[in-house]
Amino acid sequence: MTDYTRTHLQQLEAEAIYVLREVAAQAERPVLLFSGGKDSILLTHLARRAFWPAASPFPLLHIDTGHNFPETLAFRDRLVGQMQAQLIVRHVQDSIDRGRVTEERGPTASRNVLQTVTLLDALAELRADAAIGGARRDEEKARAKERFFSHRDRFGQWDPRNQRPELWNLYNGRKGLGEHFRVFPLSNWTELDIWQYVEQERIELPALYFAHRRDVFRRDGALLAASPYVPLLPGEQIENRLIRFRTIGDMTCTGATESAAATVAEVIAELVASRTSERGTRADDKRSDAAMEDRKRQGYF
Amino acid sequence: MSGDLLRFTTAGSVDDGKSTLIGRLLLDCRAILEDQMAAVEAASRGRGDPYLDLALFTDGLRAEREQGITIDVAYRYFATPRRKFIIADTPGHIQYTRNMVTGASTADLAVILIDAMRGVLTQSKRHGFIASLLGIPHIVVAINKMDLVGYREEVFAALAAEYRAFASKLAIPDLTFIPLSALRGDNVVAKSQHTPWYDGPTLLHHLEHVHVGAGRNLVDFRFPVQLAVRGHPDFRGYAGQVASGTITPGEEILALPSGQTSRVSEIIAPAGPAAEAAAGDSVILRLADELDISRGDMIVRRHNVPQMADRLECTLCWLSETPLNRQADYIVQHTTRQTRGRIASLNYRIDVDTLHREPAETLRLNEIGRATLATGGPLAFDPYALNRATGGFILIDPISHATVAAGMIRRAGTVANFSEKLATVAADAEAVALQPPRPHSRNVSWEGATITQTARAARNGHAAAVLWFTGLSGSGKSTIARLLEQRLFALGVQTFRLDGDNVRHGLNGDLGFSAADRQENIRRVAEVAKLAFEHGAIVLCSFISPFRRDRAFARSLIPAGCFFEIHVRCDAATCAARDPKGLYARAQRGEIPEFTGVSAPYEAPDAAEIVLDSETQPAEALVAELLAKLRAWDVLRTDD
Repeated sequence: MTDYTRTHLQQLEAEAIYVLREVAAQAERPVLLFSGGKDSILLTHLARRAFWPAASPFPLLHIDTGHNFPETLAFRDRLVGQMQAQLIVRHVQDSIDRGRVTEERGPTASRNVLQTVTLLDALAELRADAAIGGARRDEEKARAKERFFSHRDRFGQWDPRNQRPELWNLYNGRKGLGEHFRVFPLSNWTELDIWQYVEQERIELPALYFAHRRDVFRRDGALLAASPYVPLLPGEQIENRLIRFRTIGDMTCTGATESAAATVAEVIAELVASRTSERGTRADDKRSDAAMEDRKRQGYF
Repeated sequence: MSGDLLRFTTAGSVDDGKSTLIGRLLLDCRAILEDQMAAVEAASRGRGDPYLDLALFTDGLRAEREQGITIDVAYRYFATPRRKFIIADTPGHIQYTRNMVTGASTADLAVILIDAMRGVLTQSKRHGFIASLLGIPHIVVAINKMDLVGYREEVFAALAAEYRAFASKLAIPDLTFIPLSALRGDNVVAKSQHTPWYDGPTLLHHLEHVHVGAGRNLVDFRFPVQLAVRGHPDFRGYAGQVASGTITPGEEILALPSGQTSRVSEIIAPAGPAAEAAAGDSVILRLADELDISRGDMIVRRHNVPQMADRLECTLCWLSETPLNRQADYIVQHTTRQTRGRIASLNYRIDVDTLHREPAETLRLNEIGRATLATGGPLAFDPYALNRATGGFILIDPISHATVAAGMIRRAGTVANFSEKLATVAADAEAVALQPPRPHSRNVSWEGATITQTARAARNGHAAAVLWFTGLSGSGKSTIARLLEQRLFALGVQTFRLDGDNVRHGLNGDLGFSAADRQENIRRVAEVAKLAFEHGAIVLCSFISPFRRDRAFARSLIPAGCFFEIHVRCDAATCAARDPKGLYARAQRGEIPEFTGVSAPYEAPDAAEIVLDSETQPAEALVAELLAKLRAWDVLRTDD
C-alpha cells in the first residue's frame, strides 16, 4: 500500500502554496514583498512552484531603505534576472525628500520605522490589494496571533482586537475599497523549517547568511556591521570577526552572530544547538517590550 | 528531523493553568531560548512574582498582558525529534466559543485542562462539546494542579470518571486522561515521581505518538479547484489542494457541478510530475479532455461523488457581534466556492453548557444552533462528520466583509412544503441551469426524509420537467409525445408519459366529457404529473385540455420554469381530414357529444412555451425541435 504520510516540510510547503494560490485567485493586484532576506527568497521559490509551468503572477516589491548590504542588492538583481520577474523598487530616500517622513537623528538612527510609510505609499500607488510577506508566527509574540490573510484598513493599520477568525483553510479575502491584505504563507514555519527547506531544495541564499570575516563593532550586546550609515559612539571599536547574519534587514539594525557555520548543514546544526532566538539580534525589536506590536499596528511588514 | 506534523489546540478556563502548561511544554522541549527566557525572567521580577511565570511565554499582546488574560488565538511552535507541533492556544473567557471553534477547526487533537482543585466545570464540558462538534479525533483531558491535591489517585479517578460519563454523550473517538502539574512539570514531559499509580504516558509522549492520520479522509477524492493554470499555449491545468482521498494519473474523474467526465492525464506536484496525490497535497491536475472548469468547481472520482444540494442542514456557530439576520443574504464560502445564501430556518439553539436545545429567533456571538441554509446554487459537499474539508463553510457579511459564522453541514436539507418550494424556485432554476451531473454510484447516498429535487437531478443527469402537450384531437400530440419519449429514453432520461386515451381506461374511467368531468380529468392528471415530476422525471402529458383554466391549474402545481406548455397546432379541418381514430366523422354524425373543435370549444394557448406546427411539419422534425428546446431550457445537458 502506498505511504501517504507527509513530512512536516511537505505539509508546510503544500499549505504555503495553497495560500499563494488563494492570493492569486482572490486578489486583483497582489505584490510579493521582497527584502532580499531568506524568507522572501523562499517565498519567491514557492511562488514559482505554485504556478509552474505558468509564471508567478506576483511582481516583487522591494522597499529600499538605502542602507542595504551591497550583497543583498546584488543577490536580488541576479534572482530577478533568473526568474524574469517584475521588480518594483521604492526608496525611503524619496519619502524623506518629499517630506513624508523625517529622518531619525543620532547614532542609533534607523530607517527601519520610516520604511512603513514608504511601503504604504507604494501599496497605494500600485493600488495593490494584497501584499505577500514572509513573516512567521514564531518570530515574535505579536506575530503569533497573525492571520494568514491579515486585513488592513484604509490606513494600512492592523487591529489585533478585530481580526477575522480563520477557520479550516477558508480564507476570506473580501475587503472594502482602499483596504488591503497582508498575506503570510509562511505563518506556520519556524526558522529551523526554513533552513531545512533551503537544504532540501538547495535554495541559494546571499553569502551574508554564512560565516565570513567582517568589520563589526559591539553595541548594546549586539554585533553591528561597520558601515557609513552607523557612526561609532565613543568607546566603540571596530574589530574583524568571523560572523554570519541570521536575519537581513538594513545595515543600521541587523546584528551579526559570531559563527563558523559556512554551509546550510552547518547552520542547521548550529540552530539546533542554539539558545538565542532569531530576532534577538535585531536592535529594532528591543526598543521596548511591545516594540513589534506597535510597529505592526501602524502597518509595518 | 523528518517527522510529521501534529496540530493541536488547548482549552481551559482562566485559572486552569493553560498558558503555564504551554510554557512548560515549550521550556522542557527547549523551545524557549535564552533571550526569551531573559525577557520573561525580567517581566516576572517586574510583576513581583516569586517564581518564573511560564504563562508569560505565551501571552502575546500588550492588552492581554495588562489584563493578565489572552484575547485571541495564538499559535506556538515546537519540535521534538519525532514530530513538529503547532499549538493553537485559545483563551478562556467571554469570546471563548468563537476562539476555540477557530483553533479547533484545524486541530488533530485537543488538550482540555481541568483544575483538580475545582473539578469538572461547566466550561470543561463546553470545551469537550466544541471539540466534538468540530470533529477533533483525539481529546486529552489534562487534570492539572495535581500537586495541590497531594497527587491523590482517587481525585484523578473521580474526575476522569465524571468527565467520561459526560463525554459518552458526545462523538469523541479517542479520549485520554493524564494527571499532571504544569507548574511543577509532573507528567508533562518527564514522568512524575509523585504519581506511581499512573502508568499512562506523559502528555508529550502522547502528543508524539498519537496517530495523526485519524482525522484524514483518504477514501473520498475531492479536489476543489482554486484556479485554472495556463502555462504555454497547450498547457492547461487545475490548481488546488486535495481536500481528501487520493488520485493517480489515468483515473476517471467527474467535474462538479457540470457533470463532465474525463481522465487525469498528469499530476504536477511542487517538485514536478507525480505518480499520485493525496489529501493535503497542493498539486495541479491535467485532464485528458478540454473541460470548462473554473474556481469553485470540484473534481472528484467518477464513481465516488459528493452530494449536491442547495439546502443544507447545518450546525452554525455565530462569530460576530452582529447577530444573525434571517432576512439578510450572506456569502457562503465553501471549499473554493462562494455563493449567496440565507438561513431558511433556524431550528433551535444549543445551550453549550447544558447541551439542551432551546427555541431561538436568532443567534448571537458565541451561540451555536441548528439551521437550514439555502444557497443560490447547489454545493458539492460531504457531511462534516465524514469530511471536514468539504463539510465546513463560513458565512461572510456582504456589507462589512466580516466572517460572521462557521458552519458544519450535517445533511442535505429538505423542502418542507410547496409554498416554500415556490420561494426557492429561483435557486432551483439556477440549479437546473448548472446542469447537475449524472453519477451512477453506490456511494451516492441521499440522506434525509425526502430526496431533494437537486439530488434526483444530480443522479438522473437531467432536470425534472412537465411537458404539457395541448391541441385538437388528431393534431399529433400523442404521436409527438410518444416519439419524444423514445428519444429521451434512449438518452437515459427518466420519463413518464400520460396520455388522454390511456388514463380514461383506468384512473379516470369514471369520468365523461362534460365541462366538469373534463376539469376533474385534467386535475387528476395534473396531480399525477406533479408526483412524477417530484420524483425527478421528465413528464410528457398529451391531453386535448381545451380550457385555459385547466392548463393554468396544471401549471400552478409545478415550480416556475419547470412547466412547458406545448401547443401542437393544426387546423381543425386538417385534423378532421386526418381523423386517425374516426372520431371527427362520428362527432360530425352527432355520435360524440361535446367533441372539441366540433361541438365544444378549444381555447388556444396565448402564451405557450412553444408552438409546434403539425400542419406542415412531420413529427420527426418537431421532435428534433423539441429536443433542441429542452437543451436550451437546460432540462437536458447540452451533450445529450
